[in-house]
Amino acid sequence: LYYQVLNFAMIVSSALMIWKGLIVVTGSESPIVVVLSGSMEPAFHRGDLLFLTNFHDDPIRAGEIVVFKVEGRDIPIVHRVIKIHEKENGNIKFLTKGDNNEVDDRGLYKEGQNWLEKKDVVGRARGFLPYVGMVTIIMNDYPKFK
Amino acid sequence: RKNVEDFTGPRERSDLGFVTFDITADILNGKNDFCSIFDWNVKQLFLYLSAEYSTKNNALNQVVLWDKIMLRGDNPRLFLKDMKSKYFFFDDGNGLKGNRNVTLTLSWNVVPNAGILPLVTGSGHVSVPFPDTYETTKSY
Repeated sequence: LYYQVLNFAMIVSSALMIWKGLIVVTGSESPIVVVLSGSMEPAFHRGDLLFLTNFHDDPIRAGEIVVFKVEGRDIPIVHRVIKIHEKENGNIKFLTKGDNNEVDDRGLYKEGQNWLEKKDVVGRARGFLPYVGMVTIIMNDYPKFK
Repeated sequence: RKNVEDFTGPRERSDLGFVTFDITADILNGKNDFCSIFDWNVKQLFLYLSAEYSTKNNALNQVVLWDKIMLRGDNPRLFLKDMKSKYFFFDDGNGLKGNRNVTLTLSWNVVPNAGILPLVTGSGHVSVPFPDTYETTKSY
């Protein structure tokens, strides 16, 4: 039994190390996210998995798909950048919109907030796998399943 | 171009640009080879036309004026004439007036069935100079 417990602990800590390593390597606090809504259809659907990077020197440009969090909220949103205004010193403010939405995201931002900034970005979508994230959504919708 | 209150967001008066454009993408035999982009792992292309320019306020501005989703299987030819921009072209300030160096570029995001999401910029681009004065009336 002792051996089994030790084995299990090894597996868990290896997984943790890999996850932490991913966070460091990608520069993102959350390098893998699950798509939660249909606002980016038909590109991404609920349950798809996205791989993110968040390198500090990577500029934010129009057309990129970013994952951001609105100040004060925990839910990551995956949308496309449609407008950027960048100052010479690198300060940038930008606007996002879901491909499948009629209007831009200003309704989603904080009260009075009209633009997003670099600090709101969790990462940039670099790759994706369909369906794989469904497990997380099912667990969230049916907590008993957990 | 008008100087109008940016009613989509910030409440200051900003320049609003009006642009009409043509897009020709001759896929079957041209440099715009959309057919070869649509391989087995490409689910769709997200095409967008963006305007890029500099102003006194901001060293770099990019505004997406128009976009289109092209699914695998859709007609890969684009013959669009006299298109109006889909989204309002508001500047962050008054930087469009007299701006001679506004460049329009067509780019696309390749969305695979699974895998990497590349962003590609087309090789052609067009310069759109904005006039020095504002329009007072114009039906859009």
